[in-house]
Amino acid sequence: MTTILLAIVIGMAFGAVLDRIGASDPSIIGWMLSLKALGLAKTILLAIGVGSVLMFAGQMIGLVDVGHMSVKAAYIGVFIGGVMLGAGWALAGFCPGTGVVAAASGRHDALFFIAGGLLGAAAYMVTYPAWVASGLLENIAGGKTTLGMVPGADYPGLTGLPGDLLGIVLGLGFVAVAFALPERLLGAPQGQRHPAE
Amino acid sequence: MPLNWKTGGLLLGLVFFAAVLLVKPIGVSTQFVILDAIIGDAVNPGLITETEEGYTSTNAYLAKSGGKYAGNAANPLNYSFVFVLAMAAGGFLSAMTRGGIPKPDRRVPALWRANFGDSPLRRHAAAFLGGFIVLYGARLAGGCTSGHMMSGMMQTAVSGYIFALGAFGAAVPVALMLYRKEG
Repeated sequence: MTTILLAIVIGMAFGAVLDRIGASDPSIIGWMLSLKALGLAKTILLAIGVGSVLMFAGQMIGLVDVGHMSVKAAYIGVFIGGVMLGAGWALAGFCPGTGVVAAASGRHDALFFIAGGLLGAAAYMVTYPAWVASGLLENIAGGKTTLGMVPGADYPGLTGLPGDLLGIVLGLGFVAVAFALPERLLGAPQGQRHPAE
Repeated sequence: MPLNWKTGGLLLGLVFFAAVLLVKPIGVSTQFVILDAIIGDAVNPGLITETEEGYTSTNAYLAKSGGKYAGNAANPLNYSFVFVLAMAAGGFLSAMTRGGIPKPDRRVPALWRANFGDSPLRRHAAAFLGGFIVLYGARLAGGCTSGHMMSGMMQTAVSGYIFALGAFGAAVPVALMLYRKEG
């Protein structure tokens, strides 16, 4: 029961924050991905940095259970799937999580995104054996690997560096990039980035 | 207007931290498979079956990893599925408390209107096609923007970096081609 309660509380917080940062607005995604307005990119980089620093610092002082980490395997399909997701993300302006939030916030097109998504996921379920046979799901770089060796975790490290310290350093790096990134790279000057809102 | 990036980034980072502190890293795209499996099993009741050790399925993808997905679909009141339902509730409440999405934007988003006109049919077709590619890709990759990119890079996962490279490597050129007008 506690886990369900946590799912409700954290899930609602995540959905609300995605709405408030503009991640579920396809225009803001389109502006970001076409490098016109990078405010959302700065937001996401800062979030990854903050999350990383807090998680690894929390592990070092014993506040965060290392067993809560969940590292996904690396294989060639991760890259191919990433390319597909990126192309669809640019076209639709939604990714799986923000599509759900956008549909709930009343965007009609997000309902079509979810319908397409359910069909796409079903298509993968059906074609999965062919991907297995292709060998593209075979682990590379050790599979479930982290960049350093995280103390107390079973994941192999790509390097022998201390994984928790490396996580904090990289986290601070994400924060620094968030600050360094300009609000925009291409196009006209600022001022009309959010015409509809 | 979206939140200032410093406030928004801090809040989002805290949510990701709370998730890994209390339960596990955030992920979403698997739940599209779970919903598919629930629908599939309702239409064709033989899809998921209970075994002595748990659940399995006639579909190889649902049956993999000891029938983990089949089991989650058989018992949808689990953390990850409820999490996604709660995201919808949180997004709804947040949007309502800031006055809702403007009507023209709910119909067709501003940037799309500026580049492709305000035909909802065209926009819906693009969103449907995009959804198909996004979820097919996410399942092939084993995660999406939340699970691979944000949760993954936060944990210094090598897979998260590989995924982000592929995703942005495709998303930026496609967006540059599609959205020439600013809106």
